[in-house]
Amino acid sequence: MIHFVLLISRQGKVRLTKWYSPYSQKERSKVIRELSGMILTRGPKLCNFVEWRGFKVVYKRYASLYFCMCIDQEDNELEVLEIIHHFVEILDRYFGSVCELDLIFNFHKAYYILDEILIAGELQESSKKTVARLVAAQDSLVEAVKEETYSMSHILAQATK
Amino acid sequence: MVVTPFNFTCEGESTPDHLIVTELFDLVREFEERESEALLHPTETLKSNNSYTAKLEQLKTIGRELAMGSQGGFGQSKEFLDLVKSIGEARSKSEEDRIVLHEIEMLKRRINEPDIPKRKMKEYIIRLVYIEMLGHDASFGYIHAVKMTHDDSLLLKRTGYLAVTLFLNEDHDLIILIVNTIQKDLKSDNYLVVCAALNAVCKLINEETIPAVIQQVVELLGHPKEGVRKKAVMALHSFYHRSPSSVNHLISHFRKKLCDNDPGVMGATLCPLYDLIIIDVNLYKDLVVSFVNILKQVAERRLPKSYDYHQTPAPFIQIKLLKTLAILGSGDKKSSEQMYTVIGDIMRKSDTTSNIGNAILYECICCISSIQPSPKLLETAADSIAKFLKSESHNLKYMGIDALGRLIRISPDIAEQHQLAVIDCLEDPDDTLKRKTFELLYKMTKSSNVEVIVDRMIDYMISINDSHYKTETASRCVELAEQFAPTNHWFIQTMNKVFQHAGDLVNPKVGHNLMRLIAEGFGEDDESADSQLRSSAVESYLKIVDEPKLPSAFLQVICWVLGEYGTADGKYSATYISGKLCDVAEAHSSDDIVKAYAVTALMKVYSFEKAAGRKFSLLPECQTLLEEMCASHSSDLQQRAYEFQAILDLDANAMDNIMPLDASCEDIEIDKNLSFLDSYVHKSLEEGAEPYIPENQRSGTLTVTNLGHHNPYDHPTHSLRFEAYEVPKPVVPPPTTFPTDLIPVSLPEPTYHHQPVQPTRSSAPVPEPPTSTELRLRLDGVQKKWGKPAYSSSSATSSSSTSNFDSGKTAVNGPTTQPDVRPRETKHVEVSEEKQKLAASLFGGTTSSTSRSEKKQQPVAASKRPATTAPPPPPPDLLDLGSETTGSTYSSVVDPFKQLESLLDMSQDGTTNGHNQNLVLNEKDGFNPANGSPNPGTKTATLTKGPSLKDALDKDALVRQMGVNPTSQNPNLFSDLMS
Repeated sequence: MIHFVLLISRQGKVRLTKWYSPYSQKERSKVIRELSGMILTRGPKLCNFVEWRGFKVVYKRYASLYFCMCIDQEDNELEVLEIIHHFVEILDRYFGSVCELDLIFNFHKAYYILDEILIAGELQESSKKTVARLVAAQDSLVEAVKEETYSMSHILAQATK
Repeated sequence: MVVTPFNFTCEGESTPDHLIVTELFDLVREFEERESEALLHPTETLKSNNSYTAKLEQLKTIGRELAMGSQGGFGQSKEFLDLVKSIGEARSKSEEDRIVLHEIEMLKRRINEPDIPKRKMKEYIIRLVYIEMLGHDASFGYIHAVKMTHDDSLLLKRTGYLAVTLFLNEDHDLIILIVNTIQKDLKSDNYLVVCAALNAVCKLINEETIPAVIQQVVELLGHPKEGVRKKAVMALHSFYHRSPSSVNHLISHFRKKLCDNDPGVMGATLCPLYDLIIIDVNLYKDLVVSFVNILKQVAERRLPKSYDYHQTPAPFIQIKLLKTLAILGSGDKKSSEQMYTVIGDIMRKSDTTSNIGNAILYECICCISSIQPSPKLLETAADSIAKFLKSESHNLKYMGIDALGRLIRISPDIAEQHQLAVIDCLEDPDDTLKRKTFELLYKMTKSSNVEVIVDRMIDYMISINDSHYKTETASRCVELAEQFAPTNHWFIQTMNKVFQHAGDLVNPKVGHNLMRLIAEGFGEDDESADSQLRSSAVESYLKIVDEPKLPSAFLQVICWVLGEYGTADGKYSATYISGKLCDVAEAHSSDDIVKAYAVTALMKVYSFEKAAGRKFSLLPECQTLLEEMCASHSSDLQQRAYEFQAILDLDANAMDNIMPLDASCEDIEIDKNLSFLDSYVHKSLEEGAEPYIPENQRSGTLTVTNLGHHNPYDHPTHSLRFEAYEVPKPVVPPPTTFPTDLIPVSLPEPTYHHQPVQPTRSSAPVPEPPTSTELRLRLDGVQKKWGKPAYSSSSATSSSSTSNFDSGKTAVNGPTTQPDVRPRETKHVEVSEEKQKLAASLFGGTTSSTSRSEKKQQPVAASKRPATTAPPPPPPDLLDLGSETTGSTYSSVVDPFKQLESLLDMSQDGTTNGHNQNLVLNEKDGFNPANGSPNPGTKTATLTKGPSLKDALDKDALVRQMGVNPTSQNPNLFSDLMS
């Protein structure tokens, strides 16, 4: 089971946290501090896993952002590494070549997407298409409001051509 | 590089909102390209970063953010963007905190204003989420998030649900307010509403509220939308985690959902089934065929293409199925045989170039090592492991080591072919890999390699700072040493090292175990072996005791052993021992427990001398120490000091009664009925005192226990008492006597156990007056104030201390440590030789030697352990070097110099050296039959001791995991005061 998901920038700034096991606010800060100290200092060629308080933390760096997931001793680390990648691919598809800024400003959207992939610490859906469809269905509700938004970014896009 | 957005803004004049343009302009400056770097294709972005187009690309992204944000698509205002931006700019944590605190202040004010437009409120909630994400407390706004879940608009409802799932843990009080909304939403026509509610159900519904929603969730298993069915399954799974009994009646539903048309639902069903199968395998044996079939179909790509992941068909489902099969096939031949073909197929098909392919391969190996072994599959697994270990990727090496650890239980010889790879991993700079390798070594420890492995583990333990892992390593060292120790001498040395470097981390029980082990000895009958063990312990402790910064737990052991056995073999004079003990007390003047141990030890040394009729006067420093302790602020120390002074005046005969020599293992008989108090009780009763009423018969204390007894079906925690309370009767105070459990009859600290008569004599058993019972109760509350000061662990270790206290190390460890001793001028060839030696000592080497098997038995005999302890004779194809390791240990006792010579010889000529060893060992062998025969019970004794120690360690590990500090208060500090 996945106990929590953390997204930390290279500077140690928190970009997203999702806790599937109960942790108090104080514990959360401690966990983040401990783990960012551990993970951000690791060299590039080392394992993508660290042992921590009897758990294992699997992390992967994408550009300047570290995706970390904490799992049990008996879980398959390589699989979790691919779950992280699965999440990133879906984010990428949703935001269109996702970057850290997308997540900074739209963290709540990232939460919605994560909720379609993981639930109660387990992988609930391994088909990218299904996730995309569900998220799109939810988004369609706000489509109307989004209309003007679109025109704005459309103008911007036009301008840069 | 300076961005030139100016041109761009001029071009984009048509932009209606000037504000956005400025905002954009700012943002481009603020955020460096790192944050707009694409996560998945970083290199691409980097490559084109220099060009103008890349910049524009970036601008577009930011523009998109801005447009989405400020134009209200998600209700974010400029204010919120400013917040995110300023957090992004914050140079330090404190600056960030300041900004967030300011934001919290503002939100607190605004969120309670009346008539906030819903859209505004939604943004506030998102800002709360942001604050909480950054580690600050946003609990003031939780109630607003809860309110938002009640909203009719899905958009707002979804935000509300998102916020509450992020804010609230399952035991939060506000959950009760959401349950009603969830119930309503689960009935909704709109499946998106149902999905949102189910997401919340997974996080928020706790044991108490499960009954409120479970029926609806079960109904949703038949919902036409697969997304809903899937979430319903996952919700039931989360119920199972909260309260396993709640879903026990739903097993048939899970079985049915396994055949759902939608692969997503089927995949989700595997999660609860996996957990259920772990609980009781036998109920689900019939599913083996289904699982195998599903797995086969998945592997044959029968699932929709959308489940492919990097060209691998539904890998996550495959892995889950393999995990399930591993449990079902464990120890079940029939089920296992059904799996062989499909596992073989999957392994053959798996793509070893991709990460996900390797994940499946690893899971196959786990499965193979768990089910009834199949030689063919084991072979394939071994091949895969070889590939993992040979890989350049650290991840794969790690998985390889892990897989090796699993497979080694079934085929122990598989490790041999990978020995060099394993040693490479052991010396890898990557800590994770190193730890995994130590775990592997721990699993493959046996009596032939225990010394090498434990020495390595200790060296590593000394080098790390992570206290969690240090504790674990220390516990493992202790466990291995207790299980496989080849000699007493080695055992003591090893324990010394562990204590010296991690004494404050290991469970205090380990220290007590060590004392007990030294007191009881390895053999029940063999007194000479026991006394040898004790003298070697005493000797080694005398060497270490002057070291600075010894952990408290270790000093306690040292003091106890020196007091009990310091003068036993007559090698050291009482003056010398008591001098050392005084030094200890002086050097650790802030540690009351150590001082207490030291003074008791002094008392023992003194009385042993006197009882033996030898003339012995106290050292002057000892006198000073006593005087100082008599005035100590610690009542425990005072007590001990006064007792000591009382003993000084007694004659030899009384002394022998108070402090019998080596009586620590004798049982103390405790008079549980307190019959010695009878006369006192009688007297009091005659004087008119009220008789004692046992606690459970007293009317005033009629409590939950009695209530529970009357209504056994009543749950006292969940139910209210409806009957009236009884009329209070006059409480009978416990008059002359008191509940037995309050009396410190037995003193749990080991030091006392060993002096059975002492409490009765030195501190005469004056019956406690009733007031003292109260006194004790009151004192319990303030114990912390006076208790033992927390000992700050001094994990800083000086290398000199290691070598100093373990002077026999070079000799003991033979070839293993030898490479370290040797100057490092050697080149690459030499290194590999070192590794080979290490390999040989760990795995038994690669080349064969026929003489090995005969020699093998000798060390065991030499260590005066009976023949039963001998490990099964190893396979004959083991290297000479391996035997030297074990052999040298014992010969070192005979002549360390010869040993050193032979070590140096060895690099040139292994075989001659082997003969040397043989000679030495044969010499030693001559003594053995005489010594070895009388103690056939030794092994059994150690064995019976084994499990309990192991349990203790397990418990210890558990306790540490829970974060409990093992250095507890000395429970006896105040019990003395009472007596």
